[in-house]
Amino acid sequence: MKVLAAMSGGVDSAVAAARAVDAGHEVVAVHLALSRMPGTLRTGSRGCCTIEDSQDAQRVANMLGIPFYVWDFSERFKADVVDNFIDEYKAGRTPNPCLRCNEKIKFEALLDKAIALGFDKVVTGHYAEVGEDSEGNPELFRANAYAKDQSYVLGVLNAQQLKHCWFPLGKDASKADVRAEANERGFRVASKPDSHDICFIPEGDTRGWLNEKIGLEDGDILDLEGNKLGTHQGASGYTIGQRKGLNIGYPAPDGKPRFVLSISPVNNTVTVGPKEALQIAEIVGIRPSFAGKTVDSIGEEFDCEVQIRAHSDPVPAIAEYFYDDSEGGQELKVRVRPNEPFDSVAPGQSAVLYIGERVLGQCTIDETVSAVLENSAIGE
Amino acid sequence: MNSYFDFAATHPMPDEVRETYFEALKIVGNASSIHGSGRHAKELLENAREEIAEMLDAEPISVIFTSGGTEAINHAIKGIFWHRQSNGKDTILAPNAEHHATIDTIEWLEKNADASAVWLPVDSDAILQPETLKTGLAENAEKASLVTALWANNEVGSVNDVAELAEIAKDFEVPIHLDAVSALGYLPLSFRKSGADALSLSAHKIGGPVGVGALLLDRKLKLESLIHGGKQQRERSGTSDVAGAVAFAKALKIKTANMDSAIAELAKKRDYLVTEVMRVIPEARMLGARDSRLPGNVHFLFPGTTGDTMLFLLDRQGIDVSTGSACTAGVPEVSHVVMAMGYPEKEAAAALRFTIGDSTTIPEIDALVKVLPEIYQTASSVAG
Repeated sequence: MKVLAAMSGGVDSAVAAARAVDAGHEVVAVHLALSRMPGTLRTGSRGCCTIEDSQDAQRVANMLGIPFYVWDFSERFKADVVDNFIDEYKAGRTPNPCLRCNEKIKFEALLDKAIALGFDKVVTGHYAEVGEDSEGNPELFRANAYAKDQSYVLGVLNAQQLKHCWFPLGKDASKADVRAEANERGFRVASKPDSHDICFIPEGDTRGWLNEKIGLEDGDILDLEGNKLGTHQGASGYTIGQRKGLNIGYPAPDGKPRFVLSISPVNNTVTVGPKEALQIAEIVGIRPSFAGKTVDSIGEEFDCEVQIRAHSDPVPAIAEYFYDDSEGGQELKVRVRPNEPFDSVAPGQSAVLYIGERVLGQCTIDETVSAVLENSAIGE
Repeated sequence: MNSYFDFAATHPMPDEVRETYFEALKIVGNASSIHGSGRHAKELLENAREEIAEMLDAEPISVIFTSGGTEAINHAIKGIFWHRQSNGKDTILAPNAEHHATIDTIEWLEKNADASAVWLPVDSDAILQPETLKTGLAENAEKASLVTALWANNEVGSVNDVAELAEIAKDFEVPIHLDAVSALGYLPLSFRKSGADALSLSAHKIGGPVGVGALLLDRKLKLESLIHGGKQQRERSGTSDVAGAVAFAKALKIKTANMDSAIAELAKKRDYLVTEVMRVIPEARMLGARDSRLPGNVHFLFPGTTGDTMLFLLDRQGIDVSTGSACTAGVPEVSHVVMAMGYPEKEAAAALRFTIGDSTTIPEIDALVKVLPEIYQTASSVAG
């Protein structure tokens, strides 16, 4: 089989590519250029995108004896990930750019190009597993190494994409095993640090970066009754659930700390309130996608687990897909009610639904319903 | 074994050059030392200098060995600019389809040394028309510091009428530097007849070693040094690379012997390649001048593709080609040369350059032409 190995320059994709070579496939390595002006050196905990990372990837490809190329997706990345990130923040939502990058760049732009060029599969170092149901439909599962599981950020992949995906690290017990293997294989990247930050935001300073891009302006911090409590430095720079950095001069009447409950970029206001007000009893997700066969039981409630952040634990929930015809159309949405309320949810986040270890699909959180407040649309 | 269609990137080193180079590497002695070993090294160095001068119709004192074409170009442009800046001459005139060694040097001077740049538009073949230079100089007569231009364009192979350009610069009493890196070995070059004040060369483009080049300087030209130190050569410090100079001279000797027939032979293969490509892919559009053209250069736009995808697919078949444009971190840029010739960015991205040499064979060309239609079809199906 002809396999394209997407290599970031990190340890995971290096080992994944090596295993594809070991399996006897015809493997070609590709590093994705996501910026027209890549930095020269790696800074902080970023695992891709610099020339140094590209060279790390190339060194491994050379050791494996496979050809190495750099493919330029910088324009697509800017339009589909960076600009989208800015637009979402402007609209008061909190997007996950890594998920978006998987959806639009790695498993759309890259995958499409790979297929057009005659490759059968794209292999990456993601921790997740692709399987097949009894009818031959591809399915996506959590990785064995639960702490490293990346099925959340892959939850957006559909059946067509999964058919061409290969994640050889899915069965590994831990990242330490993968590092040990890289070390045995003599890869210098064996001890390269994990990446955490958003790759296109230098120094991890999201607020400073957003300020540069969208020009944050001071505005009012309000309580739930609409009273002004203080001044913020730009609504889009805040995150729901945020406690620090509010700089409200006086305490709440009950003396308890206050948290960001909602952000309104239109009015440039930030609404704060007690921790309990962050409790979310229900979310409604839009643009659902299915990691395998499309769910056909529309309008029926079913038990599942739902995860709303890359590194949060899944919680048991009851979900239901339904058609919303309020706008005259027939838009498929999904309503999810966790057994225990969520603790702070921001619109724009992705919710990934699981049946056991299997990823059912993903949706973008559009509405939230408070567990404690009667007026669920906080501060709008 | 790969089929090599990228002679313009670097020329394979002929066996004779390699043997000469290895032999020269054996010598002991710094060419600046006074003892016997030093004198022996110096002798080899000066012989190489004299041979190169003679082959290029220049005086030996004009030949300054450098670490390559990029250093030579930097030295010429910055050196002349810095020397003349104090007299209020701060404007550099250059065509807008130059090599990055020139563009980036001028842009650096703009940013860091108060230089002004006048980018002269090239025509649709990437040629600087003499009239364009004349107008540019007339408009900047008071402030013109220097003119710099490619002898032959490294991407599309078009050859400028450099003697005419130098004549015009002379009329305005402005020094002119010529970047002859891609012309060397493929055209008869005479430093004297070119009328240039400075001329940059690179050894590896003709089969010499990488890291060796030369800057030819007219004896009357005044310029500042780029590299300061031991004053081993006029205007250029640094221990002389004797073996590099010897190998450079040898490579040039091979290129200069029977040059006319070699050029004719190369041009015949080039024209065959052009005809064959157009036969199998009628949509392909050849760029660059038809007549005033480097004999080894073939440059096409393959509409609806991107050059890097074509390059990828050809590489998978063991055929080495180039998009012709500069690479940033392994990604070819869209060619500023093709855009300067009037093509929008999207069309310019479809550029692909094939450069051939003496060792290129007709069966190699046939093998390339055979796989090209299918590759073109596949590349057309890949978006962006």
